[in-house]
Amino acid sequence: MTMGIQGDGGDRHMDGNVLAGPLGELFSVDVTAATGTCAQCGRNGPVAGLPVYANAPGMVARCPGCDNVLMRLVRSPDSAWLDFGGFTALRIPVPGR
Amino acid sequence: MAGTAVPRGLTSRPLVWRVARLAAERWETPTARTLTFDVPNWPGHLPGQHVDVRLTAPDGYSTQRSYSLARPDRVELTVERLDDGEVSPYLVDILAVGDEIELRGPVGGWFVWRPTGRRPVLLLAGGSGIVPLMAMIRARREESSGTPFRLLYSVRSPADVYYKDELGHPEPGLDVTCLFTRETPEGWPRPPGRLTASDLSRRAGLADSDPDCFVCGPTGFVEAAANLLVAHGQDPQRIKTERFGPTGG
Repeated sequence: MTMGIQGDGGDRHMDGNVLAGPLGELFSVDVTAATGTCAQCGRNGPVAGLPVYANAPGMVARCPGCDNVLMRLVRSPDSAWLDFGGFTALRIPVPGR
Repeated sequence: MAGTAVPRGLTSRPLVWRVARLAAERWETPTARTLTFDVPNWPGHLPGQHVDVRLTAPDGYSTQRSYSLARPDRVELTVERLDDGEVSPYLVDILAVGDEIELRGPVGGWFVWRPTGRRPVLLLAGGSGIVPLMAMIRARREESSGTPFRLLYSVRSPADVYYKDELGHPEPGLDVTCLFTRETPEGWPRPPGRLTASDLSRRAGLADSDPDCFVCGPTGFVEAAANLLVAHGQDPQRIKTERFGPTGG
């Protein structure tokens, strides 16, 4: 289980920066640098800036505007369950070509 | 609000756990220790990035935490002991030079400063939130960057200040202001208290520099500081934040 940057945390929320490791295990791009659009209220913002709750069995990122659940990540010993269902889109920066 | 992908060569894909051996350590305050690790084949990192640290007990129980990298040229962390914490008391009080832990990274491509940046920079630190901002300050020095930096460091008392020698003798172009929240040095002109709009007006140079802002600290500090910046007319897209647990500042 991961807590906030700077280590041991409490029960309040962290932010999307802490998803960089767990998502980095799965993707070759840094998803925390992406800009996400909330499917419920249309708010745009960086994944790194989202409030993240890590005191559940997994990690849950919510929309700071409307509290909609944007993303859930649960890691089991042999798989990762990832739900990005609260976003309509992610704009992911990629190196220029 | 787009960030930029970390350049190839500064990420290690796939992200793997690496063995890190403690090479050096020093105390910053009575409750915080800086740990310098040797990590074979470390790919390098950008100031502001962090690592995940994993500890595994002899019975197989394992737990992990995220810590910001404190300098651009080494794998170095500064860890604050939280008495009810599960990981920090071990890292601060028990881990000895030569001991090994596991870490993975560097990770996080959003809360980073690139030394090629020319825009002035405003750093707002609450407590141990100084750590990734110190990596930016050190990177600026290492690159001999002329980019103007201002640091406002909100901290409980003079005894809680990290990196005292370096921050006490800032290089040209780096302006350091300590904002003590509980206890000040004798004769200090500012009464103890949290960051205010007046601190920003007087010390942040927002009017004449329109800086890129990096805010790091406990959740309450980060939200208050970011709100003050926006109320000051700062473009929210130029404010990057990193929050952590309820203690600190």
